[in-house]
Amino acid sequence: MKKTVLSAALGAAVLGLASAASAATLDDVKAKGFVTCGVSAGIPGFSNPDDKGEWTGLDVDYCRGIAAAVFGDAKKAKFVPLSSKDRFPALQSGEVDVLTRNTTWTISRDTSLGFNFRTVNYYDGQGFIVKKSLNVKSAMELSGAAVCVQTGTTTELNLADYFKANNLQYNPVVFEKEADATTAYDSGRCDVYTTDQSGLYAIRLKMKNPDENMVLPEVISKEPLGPAVRQGDDKWFDVVSWVHYAMVNAEEFDITSKNVDEKKASGGPDIKRMLGAEDGGKIGTDLGLTNEWAYNIVKMVGNYGEVFDRNVGPGSPLKIERGLNALWSKGGLQYAPPIR
Amino acid sequence: MAGMALNSDTPQTKTTSSLINDPRVRGIFYQILTVVLLVLFVWTVAQNTIHNLQRANIASGFDFLKGRAGFDIGQSMIAYSSDSTYGRALVVGILNTLQVAIIGIITASIIGFIVGIARLSNNWLIAKLAQIYVEVFRNIPPLLVIFFWYKGVLTILPQARDSLVLPLGSFLNNRGLFVPKPIWGDGTWMMLVALLVGIVATVIIARWAKQRQMRTGQPFHTVWTGLALIIGLPAVTFIALGSPITFDFPIAGRFNLSGGSVLGPEFMSLYLALSFYTAAFIAEIVRAGIRSVAKGQTEAANALGLRSTEITRLIVLPQALRIIIPPLTSQYLNLTKNSSLAVAVGFADVVAIGGTMLNQTGQAVEIVALWLVIYLTISVSTAVLMNWFNSRMALVER
Repeated sequence: MKKTVLSAALGAAVLGLASAASAATLDDVKAKGFVTCGVSAGIPGFSNPDDKGEWTGLDVDYCRGIAAAVFGDAKKAKFVPLSSKDRFPALQSGEVDVLTRNTTWTISRDTSLGFNFRTVNYYDGQGFIVKKSLNVKSAMELSGAAVCVQTGTTTELNLADYFKANNLQYNPVVFEKEADATTAYDSGRCDVYTTDQSGLYAIRLKMKNPDENMVLPEVISKEPLGPAVRQGDDKWFDVVSWVHYAMVNAEEFDITSKNVDEKKASGGPDIKRMLGAEDGGKIGTDLGLTNEWAYNIVKMVGNYGEVFDRNVGPGSPLKIERGLNALWSKGGLQYAPPIR
Repeated sequence: MAGMALNSDTPQTKTTSSLINDPRVRGIFYQILTVVLLVLFVWTVAQNTIHNLQRANIASGFDFLKGRAGFDIGQSMIAYSSDSTYGRALVVGILNTLQVAIIGIITASIIGFIVGIARLSNNWLIAKLAQIYVEVFRNIPPLLVIFFWYKGVLTILPQARDSLVLPLGSFLNNRGLFVPKPIWGDGTWMMLVALLVGIVATVIIARWAKQRQMRTGQPFHTVWTGLALIIGLPAVTFIALGSPITFDFPIAGRFNLSGGSVLGPEFMSLYLALSFYTAAFIAEIVRAGIRSVAKGQTEAANALGLRSTEITRLIVLPQALRIIIPPLTSQYLNLTKNSSLAVAVGFADVVAIGGTMLNQTGQAVEIVALWLVIYLTISVSTAVLMNWFNSRMALVER
């Protein structure tokens, strides 16, 4: 009798589980009324709370873009700061809907970790920052140096590969939090700090004496940074990808947050199609959103160029050049499939 | 018992109501219910995990341990490079955890015993200083003590170029303590043999001396003889072999001192913090243990004409240890577990390395399970060892 009770209970548990596990993030997001994004805990230019406690940055704006596309309200985004170690379990477990947290797209993250990447919102590469007083001009002179690095990153692996390939010795000092690693570098525990170059420029600003530090010329890796979602949820993956493409297309068409209303009324057919002003258009609804989705993104967040300038480019303290992140038509790599 | 008595009083055999009212039957029923619910709960959690892992297309199993790690580790006791496997990286972490735990336990015990005895001192200043020590360290979270040592003491040491020069060719700077590294020449193994012989001989002599004292009452200087044997024998071998050990001294390199052995500030801060923190608790345990020995014991020993060192060694300590050892075990376990705070200062313990592995491979469930098993093994081993020691020290009842 005990056995039958047990097996009946187990059967009930299995049924309960099977119904609980669904993979429609878009529906879940719509149902709860906001999108939850995993962001980094504080990298100026990418995701960083400002003096009023508002999150700002390129990754943060990507998330706001998703909120604008889904809800028509860029404020319906919640940010969960994650360490590099916590970010993947947080996405796997469903704690966040999307990871917009300067995460490098690699094959192992795409496959064995069970994520999907498609868009790259920042093309980066790993570099080194050193104290000027050391008189180091190239990374090849770094043999014997102590290198501060954040744990669980591609940075840590690239570092090992680069020093090994060039037969250089080094002493890794590994921290879980970026802030601890940079503080250790700043206080002289390490000779070198290494992370993606964008991060180096951002962190340099936070140091006691920014001018005493210099970024070495070598870029030792490709770091395509972009949002990640869970595998097996194509609908949500499409939404997240096309938010970026809409921003890039908007920049191509010179649609900005300021002139978007004007363009919507008087633009060419492709602009009208994109902004949802085409009669009988169903691009937005096919995506599972409203036809105003792209209009909302540009209106509330801006096109890719605006977002870049505001957060990391000339309009920010970082003043990073567009470089690889310029539009394909201007010598960069940012290219978006057409919206039609 | 009450239920059985009730049953034997009532002549009619078991009816349903008597079964329900039988506390023994009810007890068994509730126990079965608890087990069933527990099994069901564990099974549900396991199924849910497996289901979700499959849904997220995450590979599971421990095969990843054979893969190439690809990251470097700053502090390693065994040969390790980025070409080593994840499994080896984990072993490096386990050894680092054990290293800081074992050295920490020894240091904490020494400091704890000294402070504990100092608190009972008749000297007002010594007793008060010991009390302040205990109250300060006992009431601060261990993480803050680690930060105190790491940020407050060790990172404000001078830069590598202005290292503090210490005796015996050692240097101290904010990269750590650099000490000369011994290089074992030919015949070093003979010194190890000499050391072993010394230890074995000391044990035999100690037994003989105890038996003779039991028989004849004649004491023997076991401690001095033992020290002479354990230190003297290897020393004589060392000289006889013509000093086979040479030292690799640290010298200034481009960025830092090179050569020699280095104890990094990460290890030092963790080790010092754990030792000082746990020592405060051990001091209280030692004090309690000593106070528990009745005053009459000391007075009786005095009356018999024993010297004060003998009273401590022969009368007070053996009785105090019985009180001290069981709570001491808990403190040793605490110290070992607190060593996982290493992650805060970047010391490569098993949690820090496991965390890196978790991130590079995404095998969260497996690595958390490994962590649990590793800490459980270390803790149970410590407890077994301390229980054995406790049973040796326990009161032998006749």
